[in-house]
Amino acid sequence: MNWQAFWLSVELATIVSFVLFAIGIPVAYWLTYSRWRWKFLVEAAVALPIVLPPTVLGFYVLVALGSRSPLGRWWESLTGHTLAFTFEGLVIGSLLYSLPFAVQPFASAFGTVDTKLIRAAASLGDSPALAFRRVVLPLSKAGLITGFTLSFAHTLGEFGVVLMVGGNIPGVTRTLSIDIYDQVQDAQYASANTTALALLVISFVLLSIVYGLNRRSWAVRPWK
Amino acid sequence: MNLVIMFLRLALALLLCGSAFAQELTVAAAADLSTALPEIAAKYKSETGQEVKLTFGSSGNLTTQIRNGAPFDVFFSADDEYPKQLIEAGLAENSSLYTYAVGHLVLWVLSGSTLDLEKLGMQALLDPSVKKLAIANPEHAPYGRAAQSALRHFGIYDRISGRLVLGENVSQAAQFVESGNAQAGLISLAHALSPAMKSKGRYWMVPSDAYPKLDQAAVVLSHSKQKQAAQKFLEFVRSPEAVSVLKNYGFGLPVETHSGGERTK
Repeated sequence: MNWQAFWLSVELATIVSFVLFAIGIPVAYWLTYSRWRWKFLVEAAVALPIVLPPTVLGFYVLVALGSRSPLGRWWESLTGHTLAFTFEGLVIGSLLYSLPFAVQPFASAFGTVDTKLIRAAASLGDSPALAFRRVVLPLSKAGLITGFTLSFAHTLGEFGVVLMVGGNIPGVTRTLSIDIYDQVQDAQYASANTTALALLVISFVLLSIVYGLNRRSWAVRPWK
Repeated sequence: MNLVIMFLRLALALLLCGSAFAQELTVAAAADLSTALPEIAAKYKSETGQEVKLTFGSSGNLTTQIRNGAPFDVFFSADDEYPKQLIEAGLAENSSLYTYAVGHLVLWVLSGSTLDLEKLGMQALLDPSVKKLAIANPEHAPYGRAAQSALRHFGIYDRISGRLVLGENVSQAAQFVESGNAQAGLISLAHALSPAMKSKGRYWMVPSDAYPKLDQAAVVLSHSKQKQAAQKFLEFVRSPEAVSVLKNYGFGLPVETHSGGERTK
């Protein structure tokens, strides 16, 4: 197993899931409580990465954010390089790519909190922000962990965007999924299998955590 | 009910005779052929009526696909190693193996680049403005291996290796430079001369003694159900008509290059 690629993928997934946790909560809050009539458009935009092929995102990161576009030149003047072939480029691509996997579980968890409890908190003198922090957030714990875990797992398994904009640089953009791809192309099936199996087990464990958390009750424990 | 069964039978019969008379040839080809081969295939179709479907990728990538049963009839590699491996594995016909062209490696930059390729050649890459140099992935693309040897030949590999970005195949490496994301690339002459890139940049020919010769070989694949038709297409690629297309895109001919240039392998 290529440990450099392994830790790079873990680093990318960790950064992305923490940032999405921070961005996702206010976005999900707004999506849950806003009564704006055009809200559905924002909901559709947030859900886009679920249906868009990664090549669309890869194409835009590469061309629309490349040195030929104004946006790309602005980024270049700011940082000295284009987004492609950099770890930041992968982080930005992954943030977009995994956004719905954080926001949607958050929003659905917020949505299921009984509004009577929020009103009760308000009647006891809590400001909306305080009521959100003291009532909604604790009651949405399972949804928050789900969103965090899913965005982590989804980023870990990202391939298309990285293949298109990464440039396959060891330690910078050669993630685990790219490493597997290279090994398969090079007919090194044994080592590809080791890495693929590791990803399979990790993904299974992460998804088990998600589904375990979301069981309604543990009245029947699996080990009994 | 009977009607449904009859309809299904009819559909099945149509499907079967469709495959029995399938005339389409499926060709897997190295990415550096992505402009020349469609032209050749179009000429072939207008002459013989034979439809040729083309799939492009890195030679290593395509070899893996063929090893795993990809239904191609002919394989055009960017080297002669991959076809030989397929012959050894019993997946390609030894008798059909032949070198159809010799590939050339060039250093390519966008027209707006300030690099003086004519004067400095490969040493131009040491300029600090070259933040990224795009090459094809040496693990499965012959042009990537050629680029790596050329960089070693000029003694700048160690100084430049931190700035390398790897394309999936030579087309992606070219696209990295063409889109302005990499400042220079070691790509195929065929890409540099392609209509899409010709007017956008300029190139410097990497001397052919700087890398192992890119003898590009083609083979008919053993599991092809239309080996004769496949062989016919291979023969057409040898015809003066097809050769002139290959020459237009900068490919050399195997006979020409046997006389000159030393082999470093």
